[in-house]
Amino acid sequence: MKKMRRVPSHATPPPLFALFLRDIRISRRLGGGTSLGVVFFLILVTLTAFAIGPDLALLGKIAPAILWISGLLATLLGLDRLFQADYEDGSLDLLLTSRTPLELIVLVKCLAHWLLTGLPLAAAAPFFGLMLNLPASQLWSVTLSLLAGTPALTLIGAIGAALTVSLRRGGLLLAILILPLCVPVLIFGVAAASAGPASPVPFATPFLILCALTLITIAGAPFAAAFALRHANA
Amino acid sequence: MIDENAHSVRSAAHGLIIMRLSASNLTAERGGRIIFTNLSFALEAGESLTVTGPNGAGKSTLLRVLAGLLPRLGGDISLTPSTDATITEQVHYVGHADALKGLLTASENLQFLGPMLDAGHGGMAVDAALAEFGLSHIAGLPAAYLSAGQKRRVTLARLLAVKRPLWLLDEPFTALDAASQALMARLMTSHLAQGGMIVAATHARLGLPGRDLRLGAHS
Repeated sequence: MKKMRRVPSHATPPPLFALFLRDIRISRRLGGGTSLGVVFFLILVTLTAFAIGPDLALLGKIAPAILWISGLLATLLGLDRLFQADYEDGSLDLLLTSRTPLELIVLVKCLAHWLLTGLPLAAAAPFFGLMLNLPASQLWSVTLSLLAGTPALTLIGAIGAALTVSLRRGGLLLAILILPLCVPVLIFGVAAASAGPASPVPFATPFLILCALTLITIAGAPFAAAFALRHANA
Repeated sequence: MIDENAHSVRSAAHGLIIMRLSASNLTAERGGRIIFTNLSFALEAGESLTVTGPNGAGKSTLLRVLAGLLPRLGGDISLTPSTDATITEQVHYVGHADALKGLLTASENLQFLGPMLDAGHGGMAVDAALAEFGLSHIAGLPAAYLSAGQKRRVTLARLLAVKRPLWLLDEPFTALDAASQALMARLMTSHLAQGGMIVAATHARLGLPGRDLRLGAHS
């Protein structure tokens, strides 16, 4: 409670909103930003389709899995820079001397990252699903499952990003650290995405578990990542 | 008790609430190596501590320990009067890194710091702080295009844009030209005159009123 007190001030935005705006602004000026992740997603989906060959029935069957794996890898893209850029230029020291709890700072940075990577992926998923001969009835379940599941991927990734923040080439280590942790999200994500009129599994069960996983990571990952960031220099 | 509260509220309005900073028996290590042991000093409001010493003596480490950015192995740091704000929340830490985002303009960089570091304690407006450092003409340029000295000045402008009582400055004169060094010296003097405190690690001569601390090199 003590950390949340605010002194009324002259027209300064709340600190977390200022941080959110800053992160969005930087990503957009970085060039590409949103579109880069979607293009990577598209390339992965296309490559898999080429690798599997012209068996349309098979492609339609495994399309939810392809979309989810591609979405997972596309989310990883750029995740290693989530805190590293701030660490390298000294901004992290400034964030640490703020009165805003680091856990909330982590959460807001993840939100900005998800809005620019996870959300566009979910939005693009139905179009890429069509490319993979995904039945029309499953387009919605794939989109909804990615919408509910990608925040968990970003937040789990944030733990890895915080742990590898001081390593210059931490990208590979980050992937090795977090991909195993993404397995539960992947299992329930694909299960929800595959649900359709023809499938034995109903949509709601895996989807609700997926939502629960996302809520758990929202509650837990910021603490783990903030702890790692505080000890990055020690 | 009531008087003391009233006093701290009034001081808080100016962002200057530390009357005394005392550190006792500080011990710090980095990477398993003891940097310094049993370091003690005290500073009153309006005083500065100039930390000197050869490379590797632990000047920067001391500043980071004081800022709470590095855990200390032993010892104690206390503020008087004690408030519910930690020392970390009351310092301006200016390290070697500029903490500027190259893609944001100079003024956007500072505008972000205002809310983030809890401005509204009587800090200057961003434009005024930049003008003070003679940077008005480059306020709209992305920080990546600035020279090393200009970046340093934008970084130092946050000392004015956000008011905090304790300045921890690591080599404040690095990359600054003579005019900017003189300006910085004036700003430091005026910060002290207003009851602020400065701990500066430096090889240059700052000429500030206060105490000196010389750290020896561990071989």
